[in-house]
Amino acid sequence: MGAECNCNCQADSNKKIDELILKYRGNPNGLIVVLAAIQQEMGYLPKDLMIKVAEELNVPLTDVYGVATFYAAFTLRPRGRHSINLCLGTACYVKGAPEVQAAIEKELKIKAGETTEDRRFTFDVVRCLGACGIAPVMTVDGEVHPRMTPEKVSEVLSKYE
Amino acid sequence: MTFQELEEIRIKAKKALAARLGEEPTDEYKYHVLVCGGTGCHSSGCQAVADALEKALADEGLKNSVKLIQTGCMGACQLGPVVMVYPGAYHYCSVKPEDVADIVNEHLKNGRFVERLCYRNSKGELQATMPEMDFFKKQHKIALRNCGLIDPVSIEEYIGMDGFAALAKVLKEMSPQQVIDEVKKSGLRGRGGAGFPTGLKWQFMADQQADQKYVICNGDEGDPGAFMDNAVLTGDPYSVIEAMTICGYATGATKGYAYIRLEYPLAIRNFKKALEVCRQKGLLGKNILGTDFSFDIEIREGAGAFVCGEETALMASTEGKRGEPRPRPPFPAVSGLFGKPSNINNVETWANICPIILKGADWYSGIGVGKSKGTKVFALAGKVVNSGLVEVPMGIKLREVVEEIGGGIASGKKFKAAQTGGPSGGCIPAEHFDTPLDYETLASLGSIVGSGGLIITDEDTCMVDLAKFYLGFTQDESCGKCTPCRIGTKRMLEIMERISKGLGREGDIELLEELAYMIKQSALCGLGQTAPNPILSTLKYYRDEYEAHIKDKTCPAGVCKIRGAKKATS
Ligand SMILES: Cc1cc2nc3c(=O)[nH]c(=O)nc-3n(C[C@H](O)[C@H](O)[C@H](O)COP(=O)(O)O)c2cc1C
Ligand code: FES
Repeated sequence: MGAECNCNCQADSNKKIDELILKYRGNPNGLIVVLAAIQQEMGYLPKDLMIKVAEELNVPLTDVYGVATFYAAFTLRPRGRHSINLCLGTACYVKGAPEVQAAIEKELKIKAGETTEDRRFTFDVVRCLGACGIAPVMTVDGEVHPRMTPEKVSEVLSKYE
Repeated sequence: MTFQELEEIRIKAKKALAARLGEEPTDEYKYHVLVCGGTGCHSSGCQAVADALEKALADEGLKNSVKLIQTGCMGACQLGPVVMVYPGAYHYCSVKPEDVADIVNEHLKNGRFVERLCYRNSKGELQATMPEMDFFKKQHKIALRNCGLIDPVSIEEYIGMDGFAALAKVLKEMSPQQVIDEVKKSGLRGRGGAGFPTGLKWQFMADQQADQKYVICNGDEGDPGAFMDNAVLTGDPYSVIEAMTICGYATGATKGYAYIRLEYPLAIRNFKKALEVCRQKGLLGKNILGTDFSFDIEIREGAGAFVCGEETALMASTEGKRGEPRPRPPFPAVSGLFGKPSNINNVETWANICPIILKGADWYSGIGVGKSKGTKVFALAGKVVNSGLVEVPMGIKLREVVEEIGGGIASGKKFKAAQTGGPSGGCIPAEHFDTPLDYETLASLGSIVGSGGLIITDEDTCMVDLAKFYLGFTQDESCGKCTPCRIGTKRMLEIMERISKGLGREGDIELLEELAYMIKQSALCGLGQTAPNPILSTLKYYRDEYEAHIKDKTCPAGVCKIRGAKKATS
């Protein structure tokens, strides 16, 4: 995230990651914690960092890859500038989330799990955000949009450049 | 902090809370204004309301006479953002920043409540205060006792609500075995799904000899549609910390882990903050409350995998591995986290511990029915008027929850079924509307209490579609380790998909049943073993809907998109 700006955020990210790797050096138990930090700072798990983590934490690279592909929170490809998460938990499903999904997919011309050509959006479906009382729920970059309808999709998304 | 200091803080804190406990305000604040900051209200925009209130209070010079607090979930998520004004427990619904002026001018300055922001039931009757509202009348809050009433990260407020009194009592007066006996006697059963007696589980771990034992909090809350654990972790984190510490004392563990799912950023934030405060105050760490008992808790964030809610998978994940379950035995009490004896409980289970210690096992077991003691929190959602979190005595009738607490079906249509227990559960059809909600009765109907998801459906819900949804969920979340679950659920889903497209074949129902029984018998963990339940349960009660899809190529509820199908007349 923020890979193209001129401030020092990239350097900060690297520093944070390095510190965490140091903390768990030689300790395979820290694998998920470290990968989560990389995912958060970089927006995905770059290959070179996965190799580094494998070496430093003393985990076989296959296991790093195994963990990286097991959990939904990790992605191996760069994500879009904005992350859309549509809840497809039960409460949201029953209240019409599938129609909202169809509307998003139509609007962005991508399927769930994909990123738009211009890297503006990555669209994922998730299971229950714990806000079932105001279903169907969608978040964009963590900002919550309650009671979504297919009609509201265009307008909500237009706010994110 | 020493025992005495704790009691001193409590006396002061209790005074400050008087206004919220139905007593005359005894602190300098004339009013306490509570803004719900639970996940639901947060999403509906409570922050803007809180900001507007903050500003208005400053502008009007009321900051010294009105206390403004952001709480955890108050329960009535459908009506959010909720603002409450004490004394009196006035419950303002769907508050927008524009409404703040009225609350300040009318209520806080002139003492007249703002009627237009209060709740009216379907009959149009005004129910201005929390005790008057249908949604709250039949509730009995134990696990949720502090949620929505206190500032979740303020240790003073928690202590004022008898926080850490249970821990103090245990450390001062009770032997570890006495603690376990009390929990056993209370009849408390695990709220994470399986309903295993909690005291018994603690005993297993206490009986183990080991150099290190672990206490774990299962905050993975996987059932999509259940959010009580989120509410407790966000709204009352100290109650979980205190309970885990008590368990550590009772079972001989010195270290705890709280595993919280990634999708709950507010819960993670508040829990982390609470841990820090406890360490600063000597309520966690070495020599707790000046005794020779030491205990600490570390937080682990989940990384997005439903199966990690299963206890052995959760432990693997905590160790930094793929969250795949393993066969039991050995049970975690014998060999759990890092191969050491471990006791794992669900968040809501933890939230019941302190009241049991303080008020006694007899008090707790006096609530509920039969072998289902105490209360259960249900996440009421779907097609009801008032969705939200409701804590009710075990054994309450489904009808009471839906009609009285939930306010009936939103569309004014007919109740069709309640789905309980999420993807591992089943449904309760309309003919069993008067069923008591407890472990045994639900099991006898082919469903489960589970973690407390309670999804209400109406005539417009297609049960084939709903069953397909759950199966799609478990199929997606299958970790792939065992074949019956990985491949079996896939085959079942394919059949469900063709049925819902109107391409079902003669014999598909029988095939589904055969596969279902095979998977139930042979899957490695609870995920696979229970995955077929939604199908079996809907087949039991709504076989005709399946047949309509297969034979007549119609979806009676008009949900499934069947090409060329005529929409059934309802
Ligand atoms: C697939 C699967 C998912 C589960 N998810 C959860 C969960 O999200 N939260 C939870 O507390 N228990 C969950 N459980 C149950 C746990 O394995 C375990 O029984 C529970 O944490 C024990 O705590 P309790 O006795 O307090 O209920 C799950 C079980 C299975 C098989
Ligand atoms: S089902 Fe969507 S927030 Fe819970």
